[in-house]
Amino acid sequence: MNPEKPLKPISECTPCASSDSRRLFLGTAAAAVAGALTGCGKLSMDEFLQHNFRELSKAEIQHVIARLEKEYQEKYGKAVQVGVDPALQGVIFGYALDLSRCIGCRRCVHACVKENNQSREPEVQWIRVLQMDKEEGVNIHHADPYYAPDRVPEEGHFYMPVQCQQCKKPPCVKVCPVGATWQEKDGIVVVDYNWCIGCRYCMAACPYGARHFNWGEPTLPVEELNTATHYLGNRPRQKGVVEKCTFCIQRTRKGLYPACVEICPTGSRKFGNLMDPKSEIRYVLENKRVFLFKEDLNTQPKFFYFYGV
Amino acid sequence: MVRFLISFERKGDAALGRVLLLAVIILLAPLLGLADEIPKSHAQPPSKSSVTQDIEVPAPPLTEGIFPCTACHDNKTLKPNANRRSLGMHDEVQLRHGPESRWCLDCHDMTDRNKLHLVSGERIEFTTSYLLCGQCHGDKFRDWRSGIHGKRTGRWDGKKQYLLCVHCHNPHAPRFQALQPMPKPKGPGDIKLRRGGAR
Repeated sequence: MNPEKPLKPISECTPCASSDSRRLFLGTAAAAVAGALTGCGKLSMDEFLQHNFRELSKAEIQHVIARLEKEYQEKYGKAVQVGVDPALQGVIFGYALDLSRCIGCRRCVHACVKENNQSREPEVQWIRVLQMDKEEGVNIHHADPYYAPDRVPEEGHFYMPVQCQQCKKPPCVKVCPVGATWQEKDGIVVVDYNWCIGCRYCMAACPYGARHFNWGEPTLPVEELNTATHYLGNRPRQKGVVEKCTFCIQRTRKGLYPACVEICPTGSRKFGNLMDPKSEIRYVLENKRVFLFKEDLNTQPKFFYFYGV
Repeated sequence: MVRFLISFERKGDAALGRVLLLAVIILLAPLLGLADEIPKSHAQPPSKSSVTQDIEVPAPPLTEGIFPCTACHDNKTLKPNANRRSLGMHDEVQLRHGPESRWCLDCHDMTDRNKLHLVSGERIEFTTSYLLCGQCHGDKFRDWRSGIHGKRTGRWDGKKQYLLCVHCHNPHAPRFQALQPMPKPKGPGDIKLRRGGAR
């Protein structure tokens, strides 16, 4: 399911077009040495890849999906649809969260768990809401994720939900030794759970704590299973793989808002297409005070925090 | 008209003739079907109705059994009383909105109780109450119309569902009500060891 990544290196060394050009190439010893050093000889694509790293054909994808759906049916006794919707043309997703409105009610956290089939025990949550001191501002050293008063918001505090920032330069993708995680054309960073080896390098690399590991066999009540899934999103995971927020890829690629946007009672969460000048997200970027979380790391998030007032 | 212009030219004032010809063409343009070239959009100021057409909102959250207001406020058995006073009715309404001088009839219409009214005196329906709120809260109204203030559901690439201001803000006490937070995440202290290690 990840054909682009492994194919990249060879795109720089063009396979020979004809036998003529090959002879020409072999004639120049210097070029041959250079070719040998870089490992980019004039090999044909098939010769170079040795039938590894082939892009799956449509039939093969169908075969994989059918197998997964059958396995989920056996495991949960329920028909689960595994979607493979590709990125939409001309769409790059962006997200904005209004820090002046969020009251820290954690409705988003639990709506996300339900929508995305996270494990209930051991507990996996993709959104973490940080309670912060107004006097300190956005300061991680004064953040408490375990607040539990009777009523929120509490006096003197504001709330900052943190989830995957869908970076344009994702450090997590950079460190993955097997190419099991990558950035899609619409900007969503995804994980192939069947390719992930569970080394957790990505978790160490992510400065936002946005990646979560299935330390144990995920438990998921059958009656709460969301059967509308996506291969790269909320399909049920297994023990030993990393997972993360995908902007609800199974919803947003169908034109719907993510589950956290739909549930937020204060309307703090805004979502849309960064490429559409008329979108809500562009209005926020053009008219509000916006900041990026840990901007100094140059991860270039597509998740923006703003002050709506 | 043409003869008139020619007569000018005969006098040798060709330049003035051309200017006049141009002027005549511009004046006659609407009749000659050239009107399409003149932008019409600036002709009319944007009307308020364009606001109401764009935005579909659900019905306002009126207290059950209270509407129509004219069931009691019929202007016959219950005459309108413009005096500021403590009411014998509607004691669920605790007015905590703006300055002390705020009063029912600032927003509710005295003669037609089924309606609200703007400062201009124009009567509006409860379904378009955002026009009333927008009189003072113009910045919020602008953000709301753009989809920034308040909750939107539906499709990011198409039809969205809006809410009225009053769905989230009680107009009589508009401060957003505190909520009970949902359960906190499990911390390091909550991890229990089982036989065979943590699972």
